[in-house]
Amino acid sequence: MKQNYKLNAQIPSGSLDEQWTNYKSSLEVISPSNRNHLDIIIVGSGLAGASASSSLAELGYRVKVFCYQDSPRRAHSVAAQGGINAAKNYKGDNDSIYRLFYDTIKGGDYRSREANVYRLAELSSNIIDQCVAQGVPFARDYAGYLENRSFGGTKVSRTFYAKGQTGQQLLLACYSAMSRQIGKGRIKMYNRHEMMDLVVIDGAARGIIARNLVSGELEKHTAHTVIIASGGYSNVFFLSTNAMGANASAIWRVHKKGGGFANPCYTQIHPTCIPIHGNFQSKLTLMSESLRNDGRIWVPKNIEDAINIRTGKQSPKNISEKNRDYFLERKYPSFGNLVPRDIASRAAKERCNAGFGIENNDTNEGIFLDFDHAINYYGLEKSNELGINNISTDTIRSYGKQVLESKYGNLFHMYETITGDNPYNIPMKIYPAAHYTMGGLWVDYNLMSTINGCYVIGEANFSDHGANRLGASALMQGLADGYFIIPYTISDYLSKFINNKNEISTDHEEFHKSEKNVRHKILKIVSKKGDISVDYIHKHLGHIMWKYVGMSRNKPGLYKAITKIQELNHFFWKNIFVPGNIKDGMNYELEKAIRIADFLELSELIAMDALNRNESCGSHFREEYQTKDGESMRNDENYKYVSIWKYQKEKSIKEEIMYKEHLIFNFVKLQTRSYV
Amino acid sequence: MTAKQSLNFTLNIWRQKNNKVNGYFKTYKIYNISPDSSFLEMLDILNNQILLEKKEFPIAFDHDCREGICGMCSLYINGRAHGPNDLVTTCQLHMRNFCNEETIYIEPWRAKTFPIIKDLIVDRSSLDRIIMSGGFISVGTFGHPLDGNLIPITHSEADKAFDAASCIGCGACIATCKNKSAMLFVAAKISHLSLLPQGKIERKKRVINMVNQMDKEGFGACTNTRACEIDCPKGISTEHISFLNKEYITSCL
Ligand SMILES: Cc1cc2nc3c(=O)[nH]c(=O)nc-3n(C[C@H](O)[C@H](O)[C@H](O)COP(=O)(O)OP(=O)(O)OC[C@H]3O[C@@H](n4cnc5c(N)ncnc54)[C@H](O)[C@@H]3O)c2cc1C
Ligand code: SF4
Ligand code: FES
Repeated sequence: MKQNYKLNAQIPSGSLDEQWTNYKSSLEVISPSNRNHLDIIIVGSGLAGASASSSLAELGYRVKVFCYQDSPRRAHSVAAQGGINAAKNYKGDNDSIYRLFYDTIKGGDYRSREANVYRLAELSSNIIDQCVAQGVPFARDYAGYLENRSFGGTKVSRTFYAKGQTGQQLLLACYSAMSRQIGKGRIKMYNRHEMMDLVVIDGAARGIIARNLVSGELEKHTAHTVIIASGGYSNVFFLSTNAMGANASAIWRVHKKGGGFANPCYTQIHPTCIPIHGNFQSKLTLMSESLRNDGRIWVPKNIEDAINIRTGKQSPKNISEKNRDYFLERKYPSFGNLVPRDIASRAAKERCNAGFGIENNDTNEGIFLDFDHAINYYGLEKSNELGINNISTDTIRSYGKQVLESKYGNLFHMYETITGDNPYNIPMKIYPAAHYTMGGLWVDYNLMSTINGCYVIGEANFSDHGANRLGASALMQGLADGYFIIPYTISDYLSKFINNKNEISTDHEEFHKSEKNVRHKILKIVSKKGDISVDYIHKHLGHIMWKYVGMSRNKPGLYKAITKIQELNHFFWKNIFVPGNIKDGMNYELEKAIRIADFLELSELIAMDALNRNESCGSHFREEYQTKDGESMRNDENYKYVSIWKYQKEKSIKEEIMYKEHLIFNFVKLQTRSYV
Repeated sequence: MTAKQSLNFTLNIWRQKNNKVNGYFKTYKIYNISPDSSFLEMLDILNNQILLEKKEFPIAFDHDCREGICGMCSLYINGRAHGPNDLVTTCQLHMRNFCNEETIYIEPWRAKTFPIIKDLIVDRSSLDRIIMSGGFISVGTFGHPLDGNLIPITHSEADKAFDAASCIGCGACIATCKNKSAMLFVAAKISHLSLLPQGKIERKKRVINMVNQMDKEGFGACTNTRACEIDCPKGISTEHISFLNKEYITSCL
């Protein structure tokens, strides 16, 4: 395994709290009159892409933005429910930049870069102020000040929220800032366009090939630099909390052009999703983790009760307190229901594997998230506040329900429309599901990939979260990257084009080559006239990934996964059926097929990466490496690195070579991660 | 739990190759649908059948998050935008809300401001252009504004602004309105921003620009039929339209 593949992380020197400030002052700036000669392409209009595009356009650069939906406002950031962290210490619970930094490093199981994480914590407060100024209606307390709640993995209350629709409100704010710039003509927006390839000229990113999803035509776009903000790849599991169109294609094309892919196996499994109901299910729905603030997680203590609940002979409401196993509170008393996601997910799986699952599906997988206590507790508090004694339990409960309604109303409504059950009266059923990918394209401190001039921001990059992401920190990262980091670091790169504009024409042979390859691939797909649908392949891939590369992994399973994925890939290229031809215009089946072809390759790499990592850390749990209590066992001596995979031109995925970025911890001491 | 009875349906679905040719209804039969399936999952199953018969293209419809929040799904179902239930988007509609052997009509949003792209997919970019005309607060994005807590906002004001801000831009209000008016959509944005202290400064300019753009796009006038409110999946209230009217009149004075 080689050590020197242009992997200088560019980490600035100095103490943690000075690094970013000092570094910024060393970066080149470009005078306003020179900026409008410089072109930037941004792929993606989620929190990362939208915040970056509005900031860069406002600075005066010429920006082109691409997204596959019909409007930038629909990027999947819109679905984030719970909230966004910031170290504001408004609640006086001793929060600080350092504490947010420390929680994030520890939560990520010491597999992230100190300098990046500190910068993120440092910028977090600015994000809230920025968003308030843009009109984000964050929750307020009765005195009019910003409200907070807490999330998994922390002991302080630092999560800002807008009911259960924080992501939507944050995205609408960036989208409106972006719309303002589109209106002014500084951003050119390409809706319903998908990036098909990155064009690299003389070692630097100089444009993309995009497909107009309405006309089906391929287009060439040049720029001085390309920013990828295309989100995560959890859809490789088929059933996930991601949007149906979420894909890895943009980052995978960059990877194939030389972008190192970091930590592909770190996939976060979110503990609180609605369990699977049937074979035709297309999508899993998240119930925000913030519900764990008030909901208690349990399964029956006795296996017979679990069986009776599954078969409908017993209602969970009739299981007495002493026959319930609040397993998170039992195992992790100091964090209880608020342990980090990886810990909560594994504990749920362990109980279901032991036969205590309560959902009536094929695998009996499901646990309860119960709000009964909270309803009584808040009801009583409210009655005390109003100074009423001697009121009926029904009135108390109705007060309690009102409090929950104001906190989580839309989530409860959503649960009820999907399942038909009313969670105010009967406990919610939940189970872990694939949710977020900590892996992604490798970037240095400037957020530049291993390809010159190709930047990667938001969930698409690997930075900041290590092996596990704490709740409410992805939104924070997306916005920090877009609003506050990329505008500085990119100007340093762009400054070299000032004296030499170095415009590139779309007639350059690299553009022709890329376009030809894309066209060839599409033709290859539509010319197969097999009998298998794209969805069939995707579902099948999802099964393999969830079974062998999901919440826990082991060596023989990973070998099996690799073989099965290779077979499936082969099967795909032989038997797929996609209607139409290249000129047919809008063709959803073709869009899906292109994305699945990329997922098939990426999934092999994910399994290879999981196989390489002979330790358990964060969301990566290798069954061979666990303590006798079933907790994960890290191996810092040998695996304290980021794994970075380099594609070998024209060769199969199994030939990829792994490089390492050794992580250096100067400011925190590595400890066993305990939440007991 | 007793096994739930699976359901059969007759579906009349609007097919249209593109904006240059005429569309028509085509009838499909579909069997053994689980009541727990969502409406779009039922269409997935139908599409899989159509695909493998290899005689025609699967039915194109817009969707993405399937969580009721992105605003991408549309569909006019049995004469109602987003189907028979209140306060849900099409992706959150489940087949348990239909009867066995029911005949269901599925059409695209119909409005001249929403040209058809293919089958059930329409072009809603006119809504983006309305936002571009003024649906924002003109603050720089460089992270130097005041501390978020320096301007307290009352709980109820923040809540009201939030309720208005929860519009997902789906366009159901327009599709369902007999005048094809975009008043509810525009009013939601106006309320959201004008209710907050940060948005008050530009309120006059904003409302005039947005209303002008709405007219320029060719949306109809509001005659207070309130159909929009009934079909809006996010429960945006027509009170916001009254608010918009007041804002507009005072701004023009
Ligand atoms: C259901 C859910 C709930 C969540 N809740 C929270 C939460 O409460 N707090 C939190 O901090 N985080 C949360 N997260 C995580 C967080 O929302 C995401 O990590 C984050 O929003 C990702 O932002 P992004 O800008 O990187 O990507 P996205 O918002 O996913 O945007 C991707 C963009 O790229 C475009 N795109 C993708 N591929 C292509 C292509 N090939 N060509 C052209 N365009 C392309 C898309 O059109 C889109 O515009 C949640 C995630 C999910 C799924
Ligand atoms: S007001 Fe309601 S119906 Fe109209 S676009 Fe917004 S959410 Fe959709
Ligand atoms: S698909 Fe996103 S709202 Fe229906």
